Amino acid sequence: MTRPRRAPRSVLIVATATMIFLTLPLFGLLQRTPWTNLGHLLGDQAILDSLRVSLLISAMAASLVLVLGTPLAWVLGRVRLPLRRLVRSLVLLPMVLPPVVGGTALLFALGRRGLVGQWLERWLGLTLPFTMAGAVVAATFVALPFYVVTVEGALRTTGDEHEQLAATLGAGPLVVLRRVTVPRVLPAMGAGLALAWARALGEFGATITFAGNLPGRTRTLPLATFQALESDPEAAIALSLVLLAVSLAVLIPTRDRWLPTR
Amino acid sequence: MDTPALSLAGRATVGDLHLEIPSTEPLVVASGELVAVVGPNGAGKSSLLRLVAGLVSLDTGSLTLCGLRVDDGSIKGFVPPERRRVGWVPQNRLLFEHLTVAGNVGFSPRATSETTSHLLDRLDLTSLADRRPTECSGGQAQRVAVARALAAEPQVLLLDEPSTALDVVSRHRIHNLLADRSRRPATMLITHDPAEVADLADRVVEVASGRISYVDPP
Repeated sequence: MTRPRRAPRSVLIVATATMIFLTLPLFGLLQRTPWTNLGHLLGDQAILDSLRVSLLISAMAASLVLVLGTPLAWVLGRVRLPLRRLVRSLVLLPMVLPPVVGGTALLFALGRRGLVGQWLERWLGLTLPFTMAGAVVAATFVALPFYVVTVEGALRTTGDEHEQLAATLGAGPLVVLRRVTVPRVLPAMGAGLALAWARALGEFGATITFAGNLPGRTRTLPLATFQALESDPEAAIALSLVLLAVSLAVLIPTRDRWLPTR
Repeated sequence: MDTPALSLAGRATVGDLHLEIPSTEPLVVASGELVAVVGPNGAGKSSLLRLVAGLVSLDTGSLTLCGLRVDDGSIKGFVPPERRRVGWVPQNRLLFEHLTVAGNVGFSPRATSETTSHLLDRLDLTSLADRRPTECSGGQAQRVAVARALAAEPQVLLLDEPSTALDVVSRHRIHNLLADRSRRPATMLITHDPAEVADLADRVVEVASGRISYVDPP
């Protein structure tokens, strides 16, 4: 029988303190929750609107992340690019950039007078700032790196030997992609997508800067929570609980794929 | 004389290794012939097989499979692996773990359901058809890899140490399949086992430091 590994006491103490630090805010929230009034608060039209807007925007952002991020992850993971380290750093940029800075940058790039935005409006009649489409763009911008990094890592880890073997069996590049590459990195794609979706759902800074805080259009759950905190703290707590429940619903089923357990 | 299944002469670079087959003594393998490839580790045996499979390209020279030139050292003259009819069984097998045993054997677009069933039967894999490769023993997995390569109906079969660390039964089944000259494709078999060379090989090629030489038949 394998003997269970015993952790040194000092490590255990620090690990426990860290867990307390991580979960303390959650208990703070639960302790202040108006449980008797919760049903009434959650049924409020403004909260339901924010939930709808959040789910819609995050779902559309996740779809865009999948469509745009998969080819990028494949190129980064499989193609020998001349400036790969620089390209990889640029892809990671939205992850480390303060979201407000990201939103400001989006305004200068895709705003009505922005670098590309002015042409989008002139040629296609497309205006992004302060619209739901703009909120989707902001959420996609901040969420993309989470997906790309996860899938790229999986592609690099799995290597391309199976693809080479599939080619020797007569499978062309598209068949190899569909029948070998994608199935082999599918768990990572799922985990990356869940992370990106959770990031899009929690997005605040880039959204408020680029898409504003318009009820029913761009007021997502985090924006509504921030707004409610000033005027109606109980509603803010209820909104926070909704966000928490949605986040846990995503995190729990994907955790084992993201961090496999023995 | 019939067109050989494989004819190769030229130079290729694989990492630090320079593989060289002189044009005065090209490597020629006839249909149905089994050539054992022997030599020390790191000599270039696996690279030779990868060259034939199209996973490595020639720097100069020419590779012809059943009369069709598939590599002449130029980008334009290089035929990719999917358009060569080879079956490659690498040392590490590379089974597709997301597919069942039957899914692996029938993976090739050229594999018919009849061929797949026949090979599953001949290699005693029918009872394992719905299992995942991770649920197979080493010997079973090796048989799956050989069956998968044969199901692609290759003109040239490339086997990289297929019998290493196999149980007697698996080894016997693979040898039985390879022993039938009338039904096997031209085969290049990397092996370190003198008994395997004696049992199966029509000819022996030795690879040492990237250079090949021909050894007398066993």
